[in-house]
Amino acid sequence: MTRFSAFSLFAKALGAHKDWPEQWPDAAPKASYDAIIVGGGGHGLGAAYYLAKKYGITNVAVLEKGWIGGGNTGRNTTIIRSNYLYDESAHLYDHAVKLWDGLSQELNYNTMYSKRGVMMLAHNVHDIQSIKRHIHANRLNGVDNEWLTPQEAKAYCPPLNISPDARYPVLGAALQRRGGTARHDTVAWGYARAAAALGVDIIQNCAVTGIRRGTDGAVEGVETTRGYIASKRVGVSAAGNTSVVMQMAGLDFPLESYPLQALVSEPIKPTFPCVVMSNTVHAYMSQSDKGELVIGAGTDQYVSYSQRGALHIVEHTLAAICEIFPIYRRVRMLRTWGGIVDVTPDRSPILGKTPVKGLYVNCGWGTGGFKATPGAGDLLAYTMAKDEPHPINAPFNLDRFRNGRLIDEAAAAAVAH
Amino acid sequence: MILIHCPYCDEQRPEIEFAYAGQAHIARPANPDSYSDEEWERFLFFRANPRGRHHERWRHTHGCGRFFNAVRDTVTDKFETTYKAGEPRK
Repeated sequence: MTRFSAFSLFAKALGAHKDWPEQWPDAAPKASYDAIIVGGGGHGLGAAYYLAKKYGITNVAVLEKGWIGGGNTGRNTTIIRSNYLYDESAHLYDHAVKLWDGLSQELNYNTMYSKRGVMMLAHNVHDIQSIKRHIHANRLNGVDNEWLTPQEAKAYCPPLNISPDARYPVLGAALQRRGGTARHDTVAWGYARAAAALGVDIIQNCAVTGIRRGTDGAVEGVETTRGYIASKRVGVSAAGNTSVVMQMAGLDFPLESYPLQALVSEPIKPTFPCVVMSNTVHAYMSQSDKGELVIGAGTDQYVSYSQRGALHIVEHTLAAICEIFPIYRRVRMLRTWGGIVDVTPDRSPILGKTPVKGLYVNCGWGTGGFKATPGAGDLLAYTMAKDEPHPINAPFNLDRFRNGRLIDEAAAAAVAH
Repeated sequence: MILIHCPYCDEQRPEIEFAYAGQAHIARPANPDSYSDEEWERFLFFRANPRGRHHERWRHTHGCGRFFNAVRDTVTDKFETTYKAGEPRK
């Protein structure tokens, strides 16, 4: 692996960039590993990296049924924030935001993390009360968040329409300045490259078809389309397909998988300086460095694995965008796509141990898992290495649906969360 | 947008007329007093979420307003059949 630096770029430029080596080898599965991660998205690759880096477990394989970062890692709207209401969530997401800081340097890979600020709009009295409650709760937890008047919001994001004549006028906003965006693909590639350099095998086109358990019930290994692979520790980080994978170990999970859509416009000049979301009218937008307006739509109402959604969902969010940002009314949309998100009853993730010994899970991130990528990887690695959850992810256990200690961000946030 | 056949109206109508209402054929507990925590957990939170054939409830909100059941493939989103509430599982 060649280290990326200004010098190496210059040196390779002399050879017309023709002799760059591959960033990580295309590994073939070995007969056994100390740990296996099922799912080669950002979360899974991150877990493999931290297992090797922090806990010295380098004999690790990441099994991906397609290509790495081809699932929800490559399909999200790349927003990073940690302004969650409940203490447990604030700690969990802020742990990830802290890891985003310095991630490019740590991985020697530019993740293009840009702290451009995430603004959430209030359109009615209930919004104002709920958003102010979030702001106070966040600040008590050490998470930055501040209240803006409509004029201050307009100054921060000039395309915003704050006219009192709007159907849902903007009455104020919350701003998390540390929030922002990152380039999603580089997160998967950066973790894969850094993990492979530490000895992790990144195995693509290798779908898990079964989980083998011994007579004592503990995990012994996984059946895959490329043969049986033994391992006493298996971490599942399979997003929308978690229910399917867990069925292989005989476990039911409190998850439902829904299509979630996103879309981008044709590239335009830089006009949109931050991220704006509005739960009330369901608009959600930022601008990529390439110039596309990146828009997040809602989930379809029904359970599906189709990776596509209905047009009326997209139409609904575009109507809101046109109302809040009238200057974009004539911008044409370029592409829409869908990803399958696994949603829990309380809209908080499940990250920890399972009733099966040696089987760990990281799932249920629903519509907002990208922001948590480094944190989820780190905490899954901790849980697998120590066979116990870290205090940050301990509340996000599977038992909460039995003992009632839900972390109900669904009720706290109504739509986006 | 998917088209859905309402078994009451006997018409194929667009999805926006309907509201999805979750997994079908989940029976409420007959004796809630005797339910254990594990049974409540399964009843309240655990859903089938299959990759393939799924039994689910829909309501023709902007039509007859009635609930009915459907069998749909969750990979293709194609409906296999819809049938009236109270009819046996298909």
